[in-house]
Amino acid sequence: MAALVNSVGKPSVERPPFNSTSFQKKTRSKLISIPGTRPSVQNGQLLVSTGVTSLDYLLGGGLAVGTVLLIEEDRFDSYSRMILKYFLAEGVVCRHELFVAAAQDNPDDILQELPAPILDDVAIHKPVEQPRLSCEPQDNLDAMKIAWRYQNLPKVQSALASSSRFGHYYDVSKTMEPEIRQAAKCHRFYLPEHPTHHMIEPYSAVLKSLQEVIQREGFDLSTPMSVSRNILRVGLHSLGSALWGDDLSCHDNPRHGHALTTFLYGLRALLRSSLSVAVVTVPSHLIQVIHYLTLLIHKSMKTLLFVIPLYKDIGLLHVRQVPHLNCLASQLPDHKDLAFKLKRKQFSIERLHLPPDLSETVSRVSRGELAGAAAVASACSSGTSGNKHLDF
Amino acid sequence: GDFILVSDTQSDASFLIHHFLSFYLRARCKVCFVGLVQSFSHYSAIGQRLGVSLTQAKEKGQLIFLEGLKESLSILIPQESTAESQAMDFLRDPTFGLRSLYEFVRSSVNSPGGGEEGAEEWGPPVLLVDDVSVLLSLGVSAGAVLDFSHYCRATVCSQLQGNMVMLVRCLGEEVEDDGSDEGSEWLLKGLTHQCSLTLNVQGLPTGYCRDIHGQVEVCWRRRQGDGQHTQKKLFQYKVHDKGASFFARGTSSAVL
Repeated sequence: MAALVNSVGKPSVERPPFNSTSFQKKTRSKLISIPGTRPSVQNGQLLVSTGVTSLDYLLGGGLAVGTVLLIEEDRFDSYSRMILKYFLAEGVVCRHELFVAAAQDNPDDILQELPAPILDDVAIHKPVEQPRLSCEPQDNLDAMKIAWRYQNLPKVQSALASSSRFGHYYDVSKTMEPEIRQAAKCHRFYLPEHPTHHMIEPYSAVLKSLQEVIQREGFDLSTPMSVSRNILRVGLHSLGSALWGDDLSCHDNPRHGHALTTFLYGLRALLRSSLSVAVVTVPSHLIQVIHYLTLLIHKSMKTLLFVIPLYKDIGLLHVRQVPHLNCLASQLPDHKDLAFKLKRKQFSIERLHLPPDLSETVSRVSRGELAGAAAVASACSSGTSGNKHLDF
Repeated sequence: GDFILVSDTQSDASFLIHHFLSFYLRARCKVCFVGLVQSFSHYSAIGQRLGVSLTQAKEKGQLIFLEGLKESLSILIPQESTAESQAMDFLRDPTFGLRSLYEFVRSSVNSPGGGEEGAEEWGPPVLLVDDVSVLLSLGVSAGAVLDFSHYCRATVCSQLQGNMVMLVRCLGEEVEDDGSDEGSEWLLKGLTHQCSLTLNVQGLPTGYCRDIHGQVEVCWRRRQGDGQHTQKKLFQYKVHDKGASFFARGTSSAVL
């Protein structure tokens, strides 16, 4: 036993930064490994977390790089904005770059509202100190004699360079600390401040600036592969509203009725040729029927989510379509009736399950229990009078 | 020369397009593929699973691929350095029509295949269009799309005795057309009159099922001397990773 301790007693200084053991898997694949992404189990597609883990599960593991997630907004843009913020916050935590375009709110305001991640192993950068990628050699720690296997594990408070987990949890009641937020590079496009605001159409201005960012920062897939690659997360807020100069929501016969769909076409073209993902929110309740439907025709590389809030922070979530890139069969969800619940620490999406309405418990149900009534899959939920809202 | 129309209503019929693409490539026909909705890598990845190599076919000259997404960028974001694509010209002014797209099709179908030495003789030309209805959402009127398909049919099917396959996507009962408004339903009806074989892919009428992805209605329109005969058949299908399997109604392996 003593001999064993001597031979493995030396702590390894050059510890690989992302692993917690010294075991290195021999990978001969040429897959680029970017933090915050993982390959899909179905077809090897690179997936990115949306920030909401249950949504990732619905989408078949995550959002595929190169696709667009289109969220149809609810009436006051509360939950779709929440999903957009989760998406951007996940990008900050995984150190992806962000591109936020908005016409209504300043992108800085949106970025300030990002929910705070619940961290146990995410690095908090203090800009004063130099962030070190590899862990310091632990000179102050005595070499473990008995539990030497655990020697290479980092201490709980030690800072890993970046989070290697896929999908995090966020605390909605707190906003993200500015230090974390500033660690991520963010490109903004705020329409009223854009220099060519009155000259060219706003949608093509967004496309142009997005293309510039992609080419400048090296997200383009056609440029030769460098060692470090990153993902660009594009968040587009409230496309199709009147503030974008689009009269799709104002008139019955808009002049440029197809500006939005043409923009989405160009956006897809840009995304397919670069390492980026986009989340777009559209106030579809404002757009007239006919043109909304042409928007829907254009549906192949998009996931469409339809968010209907019902009661407090519970509502319905309708997934219209999940795209399948590079493969024939798509990942269909098991159930199509889904409900979401926004709790303080979790945005969960569950199967809509309506327990039987037992009439003797109706009068005794308190308000607080209604929140748990709607979407719990387990059979032990008792408060059922809240389901009157969900009764179809 | 046959015009095959693949249509879907609230479901996804693109697996049929992939099937036709690999089928015609394997039959050594000259294929002109107008891919407006997906990138080339998507088709080649699926083609590889079905046993055809699209990159090889493209190099040999058997396949001419118009990648709509990539070419559209050159028009939507005009730059001085790169030349603008001709075929996607309609994006600039959708009311003008699809003439330049037709010119592209005609030139690619008529061009001799292969390189200088050992130019291989390919079979009759085939035109595949993935998603004609995306043209509607880009601002082209349905009448222009019908004109385009008519011109293509005249060139490919009648003149060159080739085949043509088009995919149309509709929305089904959610569409409330005023009658004067030209929507995808109108386009579907117009195209159905032009074609000789219709494959209509729908979801199951009883609802959503994970094992049976939908049903396909096959409809032959034969023009004979004494009138038109239409023959219809109905199958159900399930899409796998390597293709789709068709079976008669009610005989799915999930049920039996």
